[in-house]
Amino acid sequence: MKIKTPITCNEIKKLRAGDFVYLSGYIYTGRDAAHKRMVETLNKGEELPFEIKDQVIYYVGPAPAKPNRPIGSAGPTSAYRMDPYSTILMEKGLKIMIGKGDRSDQFIQDMIKHKGVYLQAVGGTGALLARKVVESEVVAYEDLGAEAIYRLKVKDFPAVVTYDIYGGNLVKDEVEKYNERKV
Amino acid sequence: MRIIDTSLITETVKRITIDANYDIGESFLEKLRKAIKLEKSDIGKTVLEQIVENDEIARDDKEPMCQDTGMVVCFVKVGYNVHIKGDLYESVNEGIRQAYNEGFLRKSVTKHPITRGNSGDNTPAIIHVELVPGDQISITVAPKGGGSENMSLVKMLIPADGVEGIKKLVLDSIFNAGGKPCPPLVVGVGIGGNLEKSALIAKEALMREINDVNPDPILAKLEQELLEEINKLGVGPMGFGGTTTALGVKIAAYPCHIASLPVAINIQCHASRHKHAVI
Repeated sequence: MKIKTPITCNEIKKLRAGDFVYLSGYIYTGRDAAHKRMVETLNKGEELPFEIKDQVIYYVGPAPAKPNRPIGSAGPTSAYRMDPYSTILMEKGLKIMIGKGDRSDQFIQDMIKHKGVYLQAVGGTGALLARKVVESEVVAYEDLGAEAIYRLKVKDFPAVVTYDIYGGNLVKDEVEKYNERKV
Repeated sequence: MRIIDTSLITETVKRITIDANYDIGESFLEKLRKAIKLEKSDIGKTVLEQIVENDEIARDDKEPMCQDTGMVVCFVKVGYNVHIKGDLYESVNEGIRQAYNEGFLRKSVTKHPITRGNSGDNTPAIIHVELVPGDQISITVAPKGGGSENMSLVKMLIPADGVEGIKKLVLDSIFNAGGKPCPPLVVGVGIGGNLEKSALIAKEALMREINDVNPDPILAKLEQELLEEINKLGVGPMGFGGTTTALGVKIAAYPCHIASLPVAINIQCHASRHKHAVI
């Protein structure tokens, strides 16, 4: 399924756990340090450095770009580390988060409540995913280097719907299918 | 006595560190290609295909296969008959510095674990030096990612726990880690020694070739059994479910205290990066 960003509520309703999706449009990067700063900003009652409503955050800290390339290797980082920061961002309208690995039950509950969706890109495929990035520009926290917030223009960026708004959970359902552990 | 200048060490570390980040090596790629055929989950197959495509792009275009280009672990074995002209540790760190600056590798090392900040050049490396017979220096570098290292652990079991206790610990750890350490994994297990020795031999076990067989028949059997049982956990490629959770289990053992049974589990993601050179 192809989806365009920013994402509408109608589009969110179509996404089901297990769907392969291909995103095109602008997405924002952010990982540990940027999340910490965004939440501190909101807690102080200040505005975020970009409009987060209906947007996508991709948990990534890319490698440096080679000359004439928009970005270096750019695969997802583990999402669970962003769990403590995600709820407040979803309250501000964040819709899609892209990372790798499973997340806390509390996060899933909050995500469903705010009609958000969690996608996974395949971890460790930074060279492949960098090919889907057309443009890249720093929008905030430049001093954080690889952890700064970048706006990326992506084309057909591949990801898998992992948790949907209906409680669908790719990780749980699929792992159970193949689990034959005896002890 | 053979005199070796530190500039040669720096140059070697730089070269193999860049190479490790760009090229996973044909034997590992072949192992991944075989796994696509064996994987029972369609989602799992697609994930493995993307991993193979990624590793081929990285190798052909000479760029890092993963943006997490790791903190570098370096095993240096120095012959008794070698005289190193200069500072060994600094020469290794200088090689890392040059590799990360010139090879377009991400700097992923903090200045301090509490105050954080970035050291700016991916140093210091974690350097293990051992003295061995001969007049050569053998260097192995392994850029180790944070995601899989975070899922690693040491547990002090008791002798009564035995082999079953070791197996349970390994299986529980891998199941609970799910997709976080980026499966399919290579699982390094260090059994015996003490707290730090078990962790060190688990790490060193990860430096082995993916297809080799443990020369100790007891450990070879345990590696095979654990690999089969890990692949029945259902975790699958990237934790999306399936039958390929690990590609290899590598175990090292060392004698331990009569009261102890230390077990370290060092998890390696599918970007299994390590290169070796001899000076």
